[in-house]
Amino acid sequence: MTMDTKNGSGRTTGRGIGLAAVRGLALALVSLPGAVLCFCLSLVSIALIPIGVGIVTTPYALTGVRAFANSRRVLAAEWGGVRIPPAYRPLPEDANPWARTFGMLRDPATWRDLRWLPVDMTAGFVTALLPAVLLLYPLEGFALAIGLWRVFPDGYWYGFVPVTGQASAFGAAALGLVLLFLAHFLTPRLLGVHFRLTRAVLAGDQGELAERVRVLTETRRDAVDTSAAELRRIERDLHDGAQARLVAVGMDLGTIEALLDKDPARAKELIAQARRSSVEALTELRELVRGIHPPVLAERGLGDAVRALALRLPVATEVSVDLPGRAEAPVESAAYFAVSEVLTNAVKHSGADRIWVDVHRADGMLRATVTDNGKGGAVIGAGSGLAGVERRLGTFDGVLAVSSPAGGPTMVTMEIPCA
Amino acid sequence: MRVVLAEDLFLLRDGLVRLLQAHDFEIAAAVETGPELAAALAELDPDVAVVDVRLPPTHTDEGLQCALDARRKRPGLPVLVLSQHVEQLYARELLADGTGGVGYLLKDRVFDAEQFVDAVRRVAAGGTAMDPQVIQQLLARRSGDDRPLARLTPREREVLELMAQGRSNAAIAGKLVVTERAIAKHTANIFAKLGLEVSDDDNRRVLAVLAYLDHGR
Repeated sequence: MTMDTKNGSGRTTGRGIGLAAVRGLALALVSLPGAVLCFCLSLVSIALIPIGVGIVTTPYALTGVRAFANSRRVLAAEWGGVRIPPAYRPLPEDANPWARTFGMLRDPATWRDLRWLPVDMTAGFVTALLPAVLLLYPLEGFALAIGLWRVFPDGYWYGFVPVTGQASAFGAAALGLVLLFLAHFLTPRLLGVHFRLTRAVLAGDQGELAERVRVLTETRRDAVDTSAAELRRIERDLHDGAQARLVAVGMDLGTIEALLDKDPARAKELIAQARRSSVEALTELRELVRGIHPPVLAERGLGDAVRALALRLPVATEVSVDLPGRAEAPVESAAYFAVSEVLTNAVKHSGADRIWVDVHRADGMLRATVTDNGKGGAVIGAGSGLAGVERRLGTFDGVLAVSSPAGGPTMVTMEIPCA
Repeated sequence: MRVVLAEDLFLLRDGLVRLLQAHDFEIAAAVETGPELAAALAELDPDVAVVDVRLPPTHTDEGLQCALDARRKRPGLPVLVLSQHVEQLYARELLADGTGGVGYLLKDRVFDAEQFVDAVRRVAAGGTAMDPQVIQQLLARRSGDDRPLARLTPREREVLELMAQGRSNAAIAGKLVVTERAIAKHTANIFAKLGLEVSDDDNRRVLAVLAYLDHGR
């Protein structure tokens, strides 16, 4: 049993070395011309963009580069067990050559590919070729020892051994044996080195990506939680409010129908009651709608919505807005509710008698600042309204900063990236 | 009296047409979009326009903008704006030119046909019809830091609210079940306490009160 295992593993290792050498050789033979060709074509194509030809050819050249890189990704996974996830940005199907060319050139993955090509044709080529060399070179040493040395009457350098006669030929064979021994250990690893090198150059910044994924996972969970809670609240409000009132109106109408002939006076009373109920239902629906998406926001955008909000506050509030055009609806809505919550907080807790709101857009950021002259001491803590605002903004990669020394003033700044 | 009506929801438009016709208004046009409204206001020269704030094609505040625009071209053109929600911001814009002949009401107010028709007539005559909710918002906002307002008696406050909505002394008296003379006394007191100039003109009186509530003095 023990012997079998040993033999088996020995055979496996032997095959592994052979396989690695063959694969390395194939890789080296394909990658060098492939990389050189891709690199030259891409460079020429990009250089030709100013005269127009490049705009047509670049997408093809870069697609070729991607195919070449992708084939290496597949080999890396199959032969080396090294995963190199492709991270190309999707291009619209119907994009014209212009959009296609510049879309591809804006993609950092394209530039990583182009950086990888020269590395692949040098260091990549060497690391791929070495396994084959380590396996084949010893064979030459053995051939010299057997008699090949006679072909070179003027002497022959095998590695660092000068082969001049049978004795030195045996020396070459000895070196070959050492090399073969090294190959036994190094060959499979060298191929691994090749693929890891490929990954190092070709793959994006993994650390940054991992962090991004973590943040996205967290904010997505928060967003889902928040919206589920919102939906529950809306359902409850509708169920207990407007829905119940409409049922009452329907019932009243039924009774009125029955009473119309018998007791007109009572029917008239009920009509008044039904009308009151419907007004109340409308009032409740209005409040609900305001909580979901304020009508002013839909009609006028963020600036006027914040102004309208300020007009409803019991504290004198100055609003200054500088917004060119309207932001996307979800961003507008998030900013509105964030400002609304911060204002509510200020009115409830700060004891301020003046509030200033500033909303503007600069450097791709929507920035809202709420300042009050109250007593300060506001913190983003568990259960505080500000923590909720921070969570809500997180979904949009927005941030919240609070400056609130004891004694005031309090300044809350919110920033949301917007295109 | 000729009315131009703009409302995009068929059921409401139809109901309003019937309601107004039943009260002897002549419907010059009943339109459903902003551009149609602008054209109707320019061509038909109505006595009063009843306009929904939100209209197609943009479904933003198209109706309000059309109304404000028409009033810039023909100052004092009576306009009654209807909405599912009232905002002080919009009320302020409607009142900004100080000429009167504006109304701003929740759509719910249509439920009370008599009062609604009365509001349309009042606006057509150059008066004002502000929704009670707008006035309550104004009062709630100002009551915190406004001393003159705090000196009003509860009854005077009630009268002030009704007056700000645009009602005449007679209407207020009817509503509060007191004599018109009693109301006249209340209004005189209110004006004295708020430091406003007394005016015999009903409309100018209302505008003064609204301006006071909106901006303070």
